[in-house]
Amino acid sequence: MTERKIRVLIAKPGLDGHDRGAKVVARALRDAGMEVIYTGIRQTPEMIVEAALQEDVDVVGLSILSGAHMALCPRIIELLRRQGMDDVVVLVGGIIPDEDVEPLKQLGVKGVFGPGTSTGEIVEFIRQQVAG
Amino acid sequence: MYDKAKVRQIRSAVAQWESTDVRRSQSRLPERRSAFTTLSGATVNRLYTPADVADLDYARDLGLPGCYPFTRGVHPTGYRGKLWTMRMFAGFGTAEETNARFKYLLSQGQTGLSIAFDMPTLYGYDTDAPQAMGEFGKCGVAVSSLADMEVLLDGLPLDQVTTSMTINGPAATIWAMYIAAAEKRGIPRQVLGGTIQNDILKEFIAQKEFLFPPRPSLRLVVDTIEFGTREMPRWNTISISGYHIREAGATAAQELAFTLADGFAYVEAALARGLAIDEFAPRLSFFFNVHNDFFEEIAKLRAARRIWARTLREKYGARDPRSWMLRMHTQTSGVSLTAQQPEVNIVRVALQALAAVLGGTQSLHTNSMDEALALPSAKAATIALRTQQVIAEESGVANTLDPLGGSFYVEALTDRLEREANDYFRRIAALGGVIPAIEAGFQQREIAEAAFRYQHEIDTGERTVVGVNAYVSEEPPAIPLLEMDPLGYERQVARLRRVRAERDNAAVQAALRRLGDAARDDKTNLMHPILEAVKAYATLGEITGVLRQVFGEYQEPVFF
Amino acid sequence: MDQSADALLTALLAGNRRALARVISLIEDDAAEASALLSALYAHTGRAHVIGITGAPGTGKSTLVNALARAYRAQGRTVGVIAVDPTSPFSGGALLGDRVRMRDLAGDPGVFIRSMATRGSLGGLARAAGDVISVLDAAGFERILVETVGVGQAEVDIASAAHTTVVVEAPGLGDEVQAIKAGVLEIADIFAVNKADREGADRTVLALQMMQGLAPAAATGHHRATGAPMPHPQPQPGPQEDGSWLPPIQKTIALRGDGVDALRAWIERHAVYLRATGGWTRRETFRAATEIERILRDRLLAALLASLPADCFAQTVAAVVRRETDPYTAATRLLTYAP
Repeated sequence: MTERKIRVLIAKPGLDGHDRGAKVVARALRDAGMEVIYTGIRQTPEMIVEAALQEDVDVVGLSILSGAHMALCPRIIELLRRQGMDDVVVLVGGIIPDEDVEPLKQLGVKGVFGPGTSTGEIVEFIRQQVAG
Repeated sequence: MYDKAKVRQIRSAVAQWESTDVRRSQSRLPERRSAFTTLSGATVNRLYTPADVADLDYARDLGLPGCYPFTRGVHPTGYRGKLWTMRMFAGFGTAEETNARFKYLLSQGQTGLSIAFDMPTLYGYDTDAPQAMGEFGKCGVAVSSLADMEVLLDGLPLDQVTTSMTINGPAATIWAMYIAAAEKRGIPRQVLGGTIQNDILKEFIAQKEFLFPPRPSLRLVVDTIEFGTREMPRWNTISISGYHIREAGATAAQELAFTLADGFAYVEAALARGLAIDEFAPRLSFFFNVHNDFFEEIAKLRAARRIWARTLREKYGARDPRSWMLRMHTQTSGVSLTAQQPEVNIVRVALQALAAVLGGTQSLHTNSMDEALALPSAKAATIALRTQQVIAEESGVANTLDPLGGSFYVEALTDRLEREANDYFRRIAALGGVIPAIEAGFQQREIAEAAFRYQHEIDTGERTVVGVNAYVSEEPPAIPLLEMDPLGYERQVARLRRVRAERDNAAVQAALRRLGDAARDDKTNLMHPILEAVKAYATLGEITGVLRQVFGEYQEPVFF
Repeated sequence: MDQSADALLTALLAGNRRALARVISLIEDDAAEASALLSALYAHTGRAHVIGITGAPGTGKSTLVNALARAYRAQGRTVGVIAVDPTSPFSGGALLGDRVRMRDLAGDPGVFIRSMATRGSLGGLARAAGDVISVLDAAGFERILVETVGVGQAEVDIASAAHTTVVVEAPGLGDEVQAIKAGVLEIADIFAVNKADREGADRTVLALQMMQGLAPAAATGHHRATGAPMPHPQPQPGPQEDGSWLPPIQKTIALRGDGVDALRAWIERHAVYLRATGGWTRRETFRAATEIERILRDRLLAALLASLPADCFAQTVAAVVRRETDPYTAATRLLTYAP
């Protein structure tokens, strides 16, 4: 019997191409023993949810630096719900003003990680969320 | 630079000092770390002496300011003649809002404009394209057609100011809109001055705002260089950028090497088109990052000038000294800013700006303290500008030329960065050149590796970031953020729909057809058919769409 | 099988993609329900044409899989894709990035893409990949493309699960033919020379032809002596008179789609050849035999280990290390505990 692996989708919705953070996090999660599906830049909400479904991931990590998070996140969460994937843990990283953090959490985003977050913090958060 | 016998004496004196004074001191007080490194991970010695620069030849390697190889600067009088240009990048929301901001800036005495475009514009999409969802006006101004450009430039003295436009994939189209808007007002293209960033290679390497595959993209760049050379004598057709390469996580040496290698690739492409080196090289300009490691950054800018001068003269046979001069814009490092205790970013920006000035930049943008949180507010942008003014007017550093020239440490660092860059040039050449190296993911992988190493150092505490992994404060930041016109999107889309309805659509279709035909023919310069389409009010999305059809869209290989 | 697994199975067979994804996870994780699910699925398998796509890193496999899937979709075929990447031996994690190059397939209900990590041993890879193929087959996908990094034994294992194996080469990667090094040439039914617009593509084709024992002149047109009679007529690739199959060499430029439909046609022709010559049944027989052997091996081993007294295995190992006995004698003694 093999150990159950945590599967994480790391995606960049919207147009911004700054993928440094997404890649660093993807590598750190890999190094923490997770299977990371990386979809790359310029993903539409539909593409992200479709990939999350096919890959049957536990976690969807979204990296957004362009300021478009308040348009993109609600759409992604709505599409996940429509697929019955409410149990998927949604995380957002990037440049997210403080005043947007609470509304995002209200929508169902489980964690918001701004600049300066250590990768260890994200690994721990995912482990707790998936275990709980 | 030093007498051989004297260098030997210094070496033995240093060895003596290490084994006596240093050892005694260390036994009482050990050094804080077992090894000290630069931000880029290069070892830093305890002390630098003439022995570390013994091979330096003053005339060959440093020279005088304004003279080959320009290590000490490109102007004979430096900042004593003219201060660097304080060029602050701005743009948000609609053309109306940004136009108002520009008019305000000009009334405050600024002489150069710098336009930031929003994401959809940077990717060649119209504001109402489905791909543009949520992105309108966020990181700059939206320009979907000539009509937007006319509003953006309304009332601005285009024959007097120079304009820098940060645009890459659709640079040719946006430039054409600028030219068309000016000509409609009776200002001929010959008198227009400014810069388009137009550096597509670094998009593949780092920023990822590419549209087409590398080869047709490079052709478009050469089309603009050729057009500029023939018709726009006051325009810099490219700003070869290391900024984004560094922001993506590169080391100083990688930023230096990959940027200059891109520059050489553009030179070779323009030569292959049949342009003469001294026809176009004087108007190639550069754009570098200034990060936290003070001396390393200064050395990087000095090394850049020396490598460029040597290569243009020795390898490409340039004769005009203006072809040898590397002129640069610099910007302080965005990724070095923290969301925690954002006011502290003012200090970081000040130190970085000081390094840019000591490195001899021609133009500088200082970042605002709130950029790790959101788009900069007007207040934060003003403090950033004042920072430059304090350095220029109060610190005294602008009173003499290249004040750190001759510093044993800075010269040794300058040499080392030049060597490391040369090593990268060899590795890129071995892969077949810049584009094959990009296609094989060489630069991307090197950068991803450096970015991961850097984050690892912060996570493990090997590297301290004040307010992030040390000196942490729980107080939430109190920074007022930028408010935008909530009806901007509707206004922008309404204008776009009006343009589509009121223009002569048959003329637009004909112009787009001619553009497609021209794109399929490698021999035709695309600037003229693009200008024609722009003047018929074809939108950015339509023009880019035609080119996407012909060239295909690039899908990058992913490297971690 | 418990109720939830039963419901999953029903949903999967009815075309529910979420159920399909869940079942694949259960099988990958070797969950308790896995073998019951696979047993129940088996009756619905046997319809898909399984195509292995392998090649060294940098040959453009993912892009080729993307283009090939599109070519199949244009013919109205449904396509399942399994993209396999290695698990890090240090952390047990994996970075699976193949979807990046398959974005053209997004939004198409006739396509299902699943990324898989190799997870542990090579044999384990063959097991999971083989089982996931069965799941996609049962879900009704007509063509299943299995993409693996061509580095050795793993590919040979996966090839045993495929009807047709395409080995992808590309010019300019250092060696003329990368697969020689990896030793995966023997498994090729078809060669694709991808990135054929690059310099050196003809040399790669030539190198492959020479390995097939063909004189180089025929296909490349180089150095043909004018007027001189050809001493031996060149055999055409594909089915031969003696019933064998000479692997064709197809040039492709996956990024632009050039040569991809021709490659698809060769894959289809190979399937026709297999069915006509009994090769299809031979491959299925081999695969079934391998599967049963593996299951037997796993179960016998598990049963034996379960019947050993506590610490017996560890003590035996220690004795071998101390050279008090040898591994063969030790194994014989352990076998006496067999239930």
